[in-house]
Amino acid sequence: MSSHDQVLNAQHSHGGAAHGSVKEYVTGLLLSIVLTALPFASLMFDLFSAPVTLVVILICAVAQIFVQLIFFLHMNTSSEQLWNTTSAVFIVLIVAILVVGSIWIIEHLNHNMLMGH
Amino acid sequence: MTTAQHDAFINTHHEDEHHDTGGDTVFGFWIYIMSDCLLFATLFATYAVLSSSFAGQITARELFDLNFVLGETALLLFSSFTFGMAMLYANKKQMKGMIVWLSITFLLGLSFLGMELYEFYHFSHEGATPQTSAYWSAFYALVATHGLHVFAGLIWMLVLFAHFKRDGISEDNLVRLSCLSLFWHFLDVIWICVFTVVYLMGVM
Repeated sequence: MSSHDQVLNAQHSHGGAAHGSVKEYVTGLLLSIVLTALPFASLMFDLFSAPVTLVVILICAVAQIFVQLIFFLHMNTSSEQLWNTTSAVFIVLIVAILVVGSIWIIEHLNHNMLMGH
Repeated sequence: MTTAQHDAFINTHHEDEHHDTGGDTVFGFWIYIMSDCLLFATLFATYAVLSSSFAGQITARELFDLNFVLGETALLLFSSFTFGMAMLYANKKQMKGMIVWLSITFLLGLSFLGMELYEFYHFSHEGATPQTSAYWSAFYALVATHGLHVFAGLIWMLVLFAHFKRDGISEDNLVRLSCLSLFWHFLDVIWICVFTVVYLMGVM
């Protein structure tokens, strides 16, 4: 392999769009439909008690996000996708700090403000 | 930097320019999408913090209609799927199939936007405008930002139709379509968070 080829290969492995297949998209679609129908149905038809419903809704949402990342966005741990996945994991961490941190701080603030009343 | 290093740098740079590195472009666009996640995270955090600040005005529970939201969700989910199919045809260099699936995607996206605008109109009519309370400000900021992204995606799709008509399925156009596909699937992922956090948890 010439150095020229190596450069091209190296560039190719920088990641980007992986190709999917019809089977992959159909699987992703079916799983997404189930994971959408379940939380909507549990609320519309009062299938569970309130705390259970909340847990079902949140689990379905997280599961569906993973389904779409894997089947539609073709994320995986192969070397071509390494930087895509690494950056995504980093962003998930930042988003968690941002969202959980905000809610946590403001909850405490609200609590302390109410103490005066 | 030594001369040798400098030459090596110039050479690599040269190679970059000569071989259009579609993978790098798509990866760069991925980084943009990751930064867009931060924008939405900020809006979600704001929404969560203000989720019960109705200021004695009309509440979310009185207005949200889950059937309507289910319709919006279905449109966006199917559009994500049809975009995937368009992408498969594009990779196989089959112009006709790609245009058909991309057109379906466009119509689904347009219908979603239509439903969302109708919803905003309906809510405003019922007395929930962005000025009504902190909650409704946060609601409109979050949901409309997602809607604006969908709108941008639709405009981008129209531009791509023109590109494909002019150049066919060229390497450049494939890279453009790949970027838009990432963007479109990303918007569907954001919508999962929106319908879960805003609508489902809003009516609980």
